[in-house]
Amino acid sequence: MDYFLDIRWSPYGVGIGIGILSWLSFLLAKKPIACSTSFAKTSGLIERLIRGSRVESKPYYQEIRLDVDWQWMLVAGIFIGASVSALLSGDFHWRWIPAAWESAFGDSTSLRIIAALVGGICLGFGARWADGCTSGHGISGTMQLVLSSWVSAISFFAGGISAAHILFKLIG
Amino acid sequence: MGTSNHNKRSSSLIQGLGFGIIFGFLLQKGGVTHYDVIIGQLLLTDFTVVKIMLSAVLTGMIGIHIMKSMNWVTLHPKSGSIGKNVFGGLIFGAGFAVLGYCPGTIVGAIGNGHLDALTGGMIGILIGAGLFAEFYPGLRGGILKLGDYGNVTLPQILKINEWFVVVPVSILILLLLLWMEIAGL
Repeated sequence: MDYFLDIRWSPYGVGIGIGILSWLSFLLAKKPIACSTSFAKTSGLIERLIRGSRVESKPYYQEIRLDVDWQWMLVAGIFIGASVSALLSGDFHWRWIPAAWESAFGDSTSLRIIAALVGGICLGFGARWADGCTSGHGISGTMQLVLSSWVSAISFFAGGISAAHILFKLIG
Repeated sequence: MGTSNHNKRSSSLIQGLGFGIIFGFLLQKGGVTHYDVIIGQLLLTDFTVVKIMLSAVLTGMIGIHIMKSMNWVTLHPKSGSIGKNVFGGLIFGAGFAVLGYCPGTIVGAIGNGHLDALTGGMIGILIGAGLFAEFYPGLRGGILKLGDYGNVTLPQILKINEWFVVVPVSILILLLLLWMEIAGL
């Protein structure tokens, strides 16, 4: 059981675990592991709370449907699983600013929150534009050898590696 | 009838939660619920993210194609286009670098105590997704259709048996992982 108390597992062990979890999700749930549609549903559900049921008539929400489904619960489960893992190993800490950010851009909390907000907007917008994220395209789609997922995964990292270098080497 | 549908829906939701708990546990144990690990990958100083993804794809690909050959599972390919996947992917990538989490790992990061993920990051993703829903009617007939290739798989494009793709891709992934170990990445 000590294994569960370790802070880190080998990335290969973790990857094989996620691969086996994918077999089970294809076999039992008949769907691949994916995350980002749930954020679009949540966004629509919050908007519906404020503006009422006419929000549902937006063409995009007609396509994805504003409901809590299997994938939405999967995303909720990620929160629980990660908390349990972090608490078991003592790797849980409340933190506003990550160390790598602080060493490049300083200890201003508001600067980090603004960057996270701007980055989040691009991420949420881009995930819906590409119709998937690092899990849906990057892991589940590429393992099925789907063209749209390989093109997306390569674009995610091309964009991410370029932007990170511009941010840290030129600005930071 | 109503009750049985209700039960079916409940068990599907509980099953989803269970998959998520295991997925989140694995992501945290892998260290990818931390900004520093993700940004280290994008700066090419820490290869944890790629090691996890490649071993997941290798394991998953072989298993899923074996199960497909036995008719136990079917594939769920997403359709796409250059306009969708390249442009969307690059916007996503820029956000990935500035935020330092992706949609799955940000939820794990919140469970790990990262408050930048809970505040700016989470609110940002929800705003971004909402903005897309707003612009979708204008995008769907235009740029999202640019260079449409549908929901094809690589074996279908190459018109060869899928194992002629699975085996070389597996070897390529193993060689990449081996190279990372030898290079000390």
